[in-house]
Amino acid sequence: MSSAITATSATRPTSAAGDPPGTTPAGASQRHLISIDDLTRADIERILDRAESFAEVAGREIKKVPALRGRTIVNLFYEASTRTSSSFELAAKRLSADLVNIRSAGSSVDKGESLKDTVQTLSAYDPAAIVIRSPHAGAAQLVAGWTDAAVVNAGDGKHEHPTQALLDVFTLRRRLGSLDGVEIWIVGDVTHSRVARSNILAFTRMGARVTVAGPPTLIPRDIEALGCAATPTLERLEQADVVYVLRMQHERMTESFVPSLREYVARYQINDRRLAPGQLVMHPGPVNRGVELSAATIDSPQALIGEQVKAGVAVRMAVLYELLVGSPSPAAP
Amino acid sequence: MTAASHGERLFAAPAPAAELLVRGAHLVDPREGLDGPRDVLVRDGAIAELGDPGTLDEPPDGETLDAAGRHLFPAFVDPHVHLRTPGQEYKEDIATGTAAAAAGGFCAVVAMPNTAPPVDCAAVLGSLVAEARQRARVPVGFLAAITLGLRGEELTEMAELRDAGAIGFTDDGKPIVSAGMLRKALRYQRLCGGIVALHEEDPELSGDGVMHEGAVSARLGMTGIPSVSESTMVARDAALARYEDARVHFQHLSCAESVRALRAAAQDGARVSGEASPHHLCLTDDAVRSLDSRFKMNPPLRAEADRRTLVEALRDGTIACVATDHAPHAPHEKEVPFEQAPMGTTGLETAFAALYTDLVRTGELALGTLVERMTAGGGLYGLFTPRIAPGEPADLCLVDLEARWEVGGDGYVSRSSNCAFAGRTLSGRVLLTVARGAVVHRRPVPAPQAAATGRR
Repeated sequence: MSSAITATSATRPTSAAGDPPGTTPAGASQRHLISIDDLTRADIERILDRAESFAEVAGREIKKVPALRGRTIVNLFYEASTRTSSSFELAAKRLSADLVNIRSAGSSVDKGESLKDTVQTLSAYDPAAIVIRSPHAGAAQLVAGWTDAAVVNAGDGKHEHPTQALLDVFTLRRRLGSLDGVEIWIVGDVTHSRVARSNILAFTRMGARVTVAGPPTLIPRDIEALGCAATPTLERLEQADVVYVLRMQHERMTESFVPSLREYVARYQINDRRLAPGQLVMHPGPVNRGVELSAATIDSPQALIGEQVKAGVAVRMAVLYELLVGSPSPAAP
Repeated sequence: MTAASHGERLFAAPAPAAELLVRGAHLVDPREGLDGPRDVLVRDGAIAELGDPGTLDEPPDGETLDAAGRHLFPAFVDPHVHLRTPGQEYKEDIATGTAAAAAGGFCAVVAMPNTAPPVDCAAVLGSLVAEARQRARVPVGFLAAITLGLRGEELTEMAELRDAGAIGFTDDGKPIVSAGMLRKALRYQRLCGGIVALHEEDPELSGDGVMHEGAVSARLGMTGIPSVSESTMVARDAALARYEDARVHFQHLSCAESVRALRAAAQDGARVSGEASPHHLCLTDDAVRSLDSRFKMNPPLRAEADRRTLVEALRDGTIACVATDHAPHAPHEKEVPFEQAPMGTTGLETAFAALYTDLVRTGELALGTLVERMTAGGGLYGLFTPRIAPGEPADLCLVDLEARWEVGGDGYVSRSSNCAFAGRTLSGRVLLTVARGAVVHRRPVPAPQAAATGRR
């Protein structure tokens, strides 16, 4: 694959299923970012190299480049989001694109309009890209089949969150130089985490070894098929170079995935007692201070959480640029 | 011809009896020991005569089909379809559903009661019988609900429903969660007769699952439906059937654990039987990696080991018959993210070709066994078993095993297009279907060398 990001809609069977005769299947050559599976290691490295140059823009007084001037980007968010939506918004603005933000509350989505109808309506504005966050797995891929715009998956259900994984790799690469041979433990509620899935794929693709650890009720059966190890305890946490901590949602307690917050904290909280010096700590946010992470750890120099947030804008600029402007790489056909 | 020549519990629109000589087709009917070329003469609703190829005289007022190189089977019987009438005719109705059945080589189908309203009283069943007598292309039988509103709380008037024509009973689409409720239905069966057919699933184990629990659900982040959700209920209800000496049929079995539970119960003397669907026999949860909602059904597509166990059980007869679980849905209902889509795939038009392509041509299953299992669903429900023998009612399908066709390429006869095999190129095309002696389906454009000599 010489292009960074595959022509997802054209190659998957979805578009064959229901397109009425007469409609043109959306852009056969259009590029999307739906899944980390769409990217090779070389693709990831090229995107992150570009993100490095965009990170430099953030240091300027005028944090703007004209790359996407005159082009429209739609942010379509069907779920509450702070970091992801604001960083996509900033990324678009720093690339000088025109931006439309649509959230489910107060929009036609609230009035029962289907995803397909919403996307087709928005496509009438001829956007260059649609950034979509949905509570349902596969939403971004479906959207890619219904529009000529480039589609960026900003989180689909518990499936994937590829730009989060890219910014996490970016952050680690900056700190460690390379992920080759790095031991990364992903700790907490893996079952309900799209971040965990995209990160397992991205970390292993970049050469790291990944172990997921958490309550057995929150580790999916057969998760090892993704190429990671799985363990129910933190007994061997000292093996980790990086501890990637997942958010523990309070509703998991009431659903009896774990008996109590107290027991979860006792067994799985990452804190000074569990961490060795030199181990790095990451978290996709928002953090439950005092639950999955102790307050002291969040604020310690071992934590890269602030750097992750900063990386979000530069990496999302790089993704939008990659999809909409493309790579001048001579290897491209 | 009467509208219900196969007994009082199958209903169809009247159709003219054909006078038809099928010349030289390769007959396969394991029950009759047939596996070779013959001439078959159909007259007055029945199979009038069999003879060596070229020996029977052409009917002077009828039609002769030169069928050399084609295969002629007893027509299939589908014990499990959803015709969506009453209430959801935008998905399917009795006319379109039975036409799809005819196109797939079926001469009879059994419709499920989870309609809107459900078939839980004699008045609704009576309206369906009347509708079928007007519009059904092939004979239809109806299962009635076991419980009112399929709620699992109160029995329907099972005896009156039987008198009104119900073949048996099911709450298909939902399990009978309460063992006590099911036990009452099984005891009441002694009064009213009729098989009790069960959709097996423990809602506590299925939870909000949308696909098989395994490596693929782990990858996709979708909640899984574990195999034991089905098999624990099969084991429970087989034990109840044994205890009450009731006749119970397990619908659309999907996993290895259920096969083991069924086999153990049958060996223990329980009067139990099971069916499996073409999609579970041909496909696995690997297909769901596409995130395509056409692969969402309940029970879900399982793992390859489950699929193999189902095929083995079909081969050895532990699973007695193929059932399509034909479940039409409208495009706008399926064009949503996988987790939001309704469960179900259509199956009538592709059942034979899918199983022939994926199981017979690959050597997993003998052609004769497939024909036997696709025709066994009627006998199971006490209806009838199509046979190719003189004097038997004429229920036949003529198939070109060499014809390759793209599923959905010419559209569908069904009103809906949510077919799990859509886009696949399959081998084996039904050219002609005869039900109760009437031609109910004929391929509109026959293959070039299909030499129908036509009426003379």
